[in-house]
Amino acid sequence: MKTQNQKAWFFVLPVLLLVAFNALIPMMTVVNYSVQETFGNNIFFWEGVRWFEELLNSDRFHAALGRQFLFTGIILAIEIPLGIAIALAMPRSGPWVPVCLVLMALPMLIPWNVVGAMWNIFALPDIGLLGYFMNTTLGIDYDMTQNPFAAWATIITMDVWHWTSLVVLLSYAGLVSIPDAYYQAAKIDGASSWSVFRYIQLPKMKQVLTIAILLRFMDSFNIYTEVFVMTGGGPGNSTTFLSIDLVKIALGQFDLGPAAAMSLIYFAITLLVSWLFYTLMTKDDAK
Amino acid sequence: MTIALHNISKVVAGQTHIKPTSVVFETGHFNVLLGETGAGKTSLIKLMAGLDPMATGTIEIDGQDVTKLTTQKRNISLVHQFFVNYPHMTVFDNIASPLKVAGMAKSEIQGRVEEAADILQLRPMLHRRPHELSGGQQQRTALARAIAKESRAVFLDEPLANLDYKLREELREQLPELFAGRGAVVVYATSEPEEALLLGGATALMDDGNVVQFGPTAEIYRKPQTLMAAKVFSDPPINVAKVTKQGSTLTMGQSASWNAAKMKDAPDGTYHIAVRPHHVTPMPTPANTVALNGKVLVTELSGSESSAHFAMPDADWVSLAHGVHPYQVGEDHPFYLDPSACLLFAEDGQIVAGGGA
Repeated sequence: MKTQNQKAWFFVLPVLLLVAFNALIPMMTVVNYSVQETFGNNIFFWEGVRWFEELLNSDRFHAALGRQFLFTGIILAIEIPLGIAIALAMPRSGPWVPVCLVLMALPMLIPWNVVGAMWNIFALPDIGLLGYFMNTTLGIDYDMTQNPFAAWATIITMDVWHWTSLVVLLSYAGLVSIPDAYYQAAKIDGASSWSVFRYIQLPKMKQVLTIAILLRFMDSFNIYTEVFVMTGGGPGNSTTFLSIDLVKIALGQFDLGPAAAMSLIYFAITLLVSWLFYTLMTKDDAK
Repeated sequence: MTIALHNISKVVAGQTHIKPTSVVFETGHFNVLLGETGAGKTSLIKLMAGLDPMATGTIEIDGQDVTKLTTQKRNISLVHQFFVNYPHMTVFDNIASPLKVAGMAKSEIQGRVEEAADILQLRPMLHRRPHELSGGQQQRTALARAIAKESRAVFLDEPLANLDYKLREELREQLPELFAGRGAVVVYATSEPEEALLLGGATALMDDGNVVQFGPTAEIYRKPQTLMAAKVFSDPPINVAKVTKQGSTLTMGQSASWNAAKMKDAPDGTYHIAVRPHHVTPMPTPANTVALNGKVLVTELSGSESSAHFAMPDADWVSLAHGVHPYQVGEDHPFYLDPSACLLFAEDGQIVAGGGA
C-alpha cells in the first residue's frame, strides 16, 4: 500500500497561486465577458454562446483569420530558411563570432513600437529613404497608405528584418553544439556538404528549430504593435490582422462580449496549432 | 599497400605541433603510434587523414600522392577514442553511411554491412540507435563502419581507451584478426606500452611531436636508440640513474659498482643507465647480482606481482617482481639489478651499449 503524504500539496501551492493570478483569473474574466452583453453601470445580460456563433459565422472574422494565416505562412517560409542559411554562413570560431552575434541581436533589442515608427518613416513616399528611393530612383509607385501590396511587402520586410535574427541565433546555438568529430566522421565517409547538412546539421538543429518555429508562429500570429503603428490595419482592411480587428471591436466599438469571445477563439487557435506542431515534431523522439 | 610520409610537419600559429616526420607504414601488420597524451599521435593521424593542413611535406598512399586530396577523396577510415556514431541513425545506417555516400548498390550495401556486423557480433543490434547500445557495442559499430568501407587506410585513435578493462582485452585480441588479410594499412595510436607489445607489428615511438624511433615492435622494445625512446616504451617508468664509467667498471652512487665488459670500448666518463623495473628484484638471483639499497616509499600488490618504489640518489626507482614480498614502507631494503639488462646512454641521450639482453 502506498503511503499518502499530504504535505506534498504545500510545495505545489505557490505555483498554483502564481498560475491563478497570471493566467486563470484574467482568463476567467474574459470567459465571463464572452457569455454576456455588457452595458454601462455594470449591467449584464446572459447571452450564452451567441457571440461565439456570430463570430464564427462572420465574414469579417474569416477575412481577418485568412490574412493572419497568410501573413504567418509567408513569415515562416521566409524567416526559417533564411535564418538557417545565415547561421550556416556565420563563423564557428574566431574574433568575428561576437561581432556577428551582436549585429544579429541588434534588431531584436529595439522596442516594437519603435520598429513600427522607424519603418513607417522609412517608407514615407516623400521623405522616407525607402519610399523616396522606390518612387524617384526606381520609378515604382510605392505608397503603403494607398497600395495594399506595398503595405504587405513592407510589413513582411519589417518582420523579416526584426525577427530572422531569432531563428539565426537559435540555429547557430544548435550548430555550434555539434562536436567536430561528427564533421570529421562525415568527411571520412566522403560526405558532400549537402549530406553533412541533411544528415548531421539538420537533425542536430531539429530541437532548436522546433522552438524557433513555435516562437515565430506565435509571435507573428499575434502581431499587433508594428502593424498598428505602420498601417493601422489599412489601406482599407488589407492589413487588418486578427489582433488589429480585435482591438477595433473591443476599444473602437466597445463591444466587450464579442471581443471577449474573439479573444478566446484567437487563443484557442494559437494553442491548437502550437500543440499540433509540437506534437508532430517531437513524436519521433518519444519512441 | 603503404602510407609514406615524407617530411610532414604541422605548425599552428607559429607553434610546431609535429616536427618534420618521415615514416613508411606498411600493410600486413599493425603500425602502432606509441606516446603519452600530447605526444602528437592524434595530430599525426589527422594529418594523414587530411583533417588538418600540413606545413610541409607530402603523403603517398600506395604510391599515389594524396597531399592535395581532401579527406573525402583519400578513401580512409578513422575510429576515435570516444564513440562517434550518427545518433539519429540505426546501427545499420551508421555502418552503411560511407557506402551510401559512395553511391553503392543497395544489395551490395546490405551484404557488406551484414558481413561487418557478423564479424563484430552486431547482427542483433542492427536496428537499434547508438544511444541504445553499450559503450563496447558503440565502438564496435564504429569499427564495423571502418571494416565495411574497405578503405585503403584505417586509423584507430586509442579506440579502446574508453572501454572497460574486460572489453578492452577482448577487443584488443580481436583487432589484429579483424583487419588481417584486408589489405588496408592499419595505424593504431595508444599511450600504453603493453598494448603496443600485445599488438606486435611495427611501432613508432612519439614524443613532443616527434617520431623518436620506428621499427618492428620487439626490436624497438629491446633496442631503444635514445633514453627518450626507452622512457616512452616502459610502463611502469624505466629506472634511470647516473653512472661513472672507468675502464670496464660502472659505479653508481657510492656503493654499487659492477663490471661491464661489453661496454669497455666506450670512453670513460659520466653516463645514464636505464633498467626496466622487472630487472630490479628484491632477492638476488643468478642474473640479478648488483646490490642496491633504498628506502621503500610505496608498495603495490597486483595479483601475483609486487612492486615497490624506493629512493635512489638521482630519482625514485621501481622494482617489479613475481610473488608476494613483505615490504615495510619506510624501511631500507636491498634490491638487486641485472647488469646485463642495463641500457647505457651517453649524456646527450644516445645509446652507447646494451639492449638485446
